[in-house]
Amino acid sequence: MKHLLRPAISLFLLLSLVTGIAYPLAVTGVAQTLWPDAAGGSVLVRSGVPVGSRLIGQNFAEAKHFWGRPSATSPQPYNGTASGGSNLGPLNPALVDAVRSRIAALRASDPDNHQTIPADLVTASASGLDPHISPAAARYQLERVARERDLPLERLDAIIDAYTENRQWGIFGEPRVNVLKLNLALDGER
Amino acid sequence: MSDHAWLLLGLYLAILLLLVRPVGGYLADVMEGHGLAPRLGGRIEALIYRVCGIRANEEMAWPAYAFAILLFNALGALGVYALQRLQLWLPANPQAVANVTPDSAFNTAISFATNTNWQGYSGESTMSYLTQMLGLTVQNFLSAATGIVVVIALIRGFARHTAGTIGNAWVDLTRITLYVLLPISFVFALFLVSQGVIQNFDAYRDVTTLEVTQYDNPRLDAAGQPLKDDAGNAITEPASTPTQTLPMGPVASQEAIKMLGTNGGGFFNANSAHPYENPTPLSNFVQMLAIFLIPGALCLTFGRMVGDTRQGWAVLAAMTLIFVLMAVIAMHYEAQGNPLLGKLGVDPGAGNMEGKETRFGIADSGLFATITTLASCGAVNAMHDSFTPMGGFVPLWNMMLGEVVFGGVGSGLYGMLVFAVMAVFIAGLMIGRTPEYLGKKIEAYEMKMVAIAILVTPLLALLGTAIAVMATDGVAGIANPGAHGFSEILYAFTSAANNNGSAFAGLSANTPFYNVTTAIAMWFGRFGVIVPVLALAGSLAAKKRIAVTTGTMPTHGPLFVTLLIGTVVLVGALNYVPALALGPVIEQLVLHTAN
Repeated sequence: MKHLLRPAISLFLLLSLVTGIAYPLAVTGVAQTLWPDAAGGSVLVRSGVPVGSRLIGQNFAEAKHFWGRPSATSPQPYNGTASGGSNLGPLNPALVDAVRSRIAALRASDPDNHQTIPADLVTASASGLDPHISPAAARYQLERVARERDLPLERLDAIIDAYTENRQWGIFGEPRVNVLKLNLALDGER
Repeated sequence: MSDHAWLLLGLYLAILLLLVRPVGGYLADVMEGHGLAPRLGGRIEALIYRVCGIRANEEMAWPAYAFAILLFNALGALGVYALQRLQLWLPANPQAVANVTPDSAFNTAISFATNTNWQGYSGESTMSYLTQMLGLTVQNFLSAATGIVVVIALIRGFARHTAGTIGNAWVDLTRITLYVLLPISFVFALFLVSQGVIQNFDAYRDVTTLEVTQYDNPRLDAAGQPLKDDAGNAITEPASTPTQTLPMGPVASQEAIKMLGTNGGGFFNANSAHPYENPTPLSNFVQMLAIFLIPGALCLTFGRMVGDTRQGWAVLAAMTLIFVLMAVIAMHYEAQGNPLLGKLGVDPGAGNMEGKETRFGIADSGLFATITTLASCGAVNAMHDSFTPMGGFVPLWNMMLGEVVFGGVGSGLYGMLVFAVMAVFIAGLMIGRTPEYLGKKIEAYEMKMVAIAILVTPLLALLGTAIAVMATDGVAGIANPGAHGFSEILYAFTSAANNNGSAFAGLSANTPFYNVTTAIAMWFGRFGVIVPVLALAGSLAAKKRIAVTTGTMPTHGPLFVTLLIGTVVLVGALNYVPALALGPVIEQLVLHTAN
């Protein structure tokens, strides 16, 4: 079996160079040429300053902004260097407690709102960086944000509509609203 | 199940079944050295063989083939281990991440060499770009190639007539890598970038967020461990940050082979739930297709190489029927939502959204979870630990079927063919004839190899679970109370032994105990099957192919498909039902009572 040693070592090294160096470099070269923005992280820039990525959610807690999904990353929510979910099981009392306190915070921010709570607004996402909420979760916050910003409801409703993405090609995924893009648009309104 | 979920499943099946035939034919061409690709690449191949001292036209008997595969994969594990232990001093480490601890590096090395891609670490804070590329991406390719060449060797065992050899491992590995895995990955990676997957070598990027984030920062002691008060709660202090750090790296190139090679190890901790790995519902759909593409296509490769395509379709039919059933169960139960949250006033119609991404929702997450666990991929786009009890039962049970329903690239089909031999053996016993499959007599030696191949993974999974629940270090890793905590451990060892790699990720598995025990399960779960499968290949190749007579049991009709499904499900059930009763079954009952 000793005669297998040289082929094993040299083939391993050679294929490592091809798949581990040449291939990623080739993909990078073509990707950076064809889609430099996407390959670089879809960064959003406002007056020359990078303010986030279209694909990565941010933490919003001020009443004038739409809030995103709860994030289970630590130590801070939406920590870009520690993605992950809560991994709480469906029967874990810690899950029920967390959801209860999130509902309380939503109710406190808008005491007259008696709509059903959209599930995505009180449950942690898988990545902790989910950039989206459901259209229902955006509508749930409509009155609070309109009040805080002195915007007519219809105007804000139209802005939500403009930032709602439907199912991709009508088939894939779910309708959604990009929270960072929506809030950037609102901050630009005034 | 919603109309949308049915439509998604239907479309997925339709596209998959359209693709498997051409891809399966191409795979057969490549492995037999025919067709355009080997002709175009012939000179590169010849150069590689000359440099490496490979005599391409000398075939190997099964022991040499098996030894070559073991050696090649041991070298792979060694390479990944070394890169992790030295990464701080090597290039392409802009974040200056430290060298990985020995136990974690050992676990990851075994994990990626065995096509498991179980991850005890968080990629974005643990691995340098060089380790991700030259260590992990390489093993994504080579472990996938290993699985495929082993099934090709087994198919040759069926196809050949009184032959002493089953192929040349070096030639097979080279061809599958150069002509199949590399070109498809290249195109797939570029598609992923077009959807938003990143591909660069930049340092992580700080951006100024719209709001200043206020949070509680755990206070750490001198050793970096979180301090706790007398009640056991972490001591925190208020903190705030005006920025967010965006992770960077060569993600798309790794993501493509991660799915295509049923590897499943994410560049980031959140895996395919991370927006930089899987940014759109379309990228998600294509990732799901990539998982089943080669495992499905290999059924047709098998049919062609044994000279009867109906045999390939029969195996594919058995796989597809099980897949559809499991997908429907997962999507149905996740759509039901969590009744405990419904009681608090949460909209019950939106389904169980804890641990899921908004862009994927219930259907695309439930389908992904089914596919990734039936195939031994293990990538996740939602956190299985937070699934409903029955929704979480599906991924667990899928792995317990032995990763033979589509399964890993190559490993799925060789596992299924082992079950097919088992099925004809059972049928033979029932009708009192010497069992034969594809014209090969199945005798005592073959059945011994089949028995080892089928029993080694349940043994590792159940023994590993038993040891962990009895050990203090094992129980210490549990995150969720009650039956779910047991499920976390059972899931970990089932995933490791079957080389899946997904997790009920609440389990704190990056400890010396889990790093060592799961590594053992992964290594023997992989090569404890590959070696008997190659022995089976060698023994079958040496036999005559008997002509079909009226007494031959046909293995391409509905009767055989039913028999095959029955064998797979019964063996899985007999092995695992007691363990399942302690985990998801209890949990479902408790949820039912609480409701």
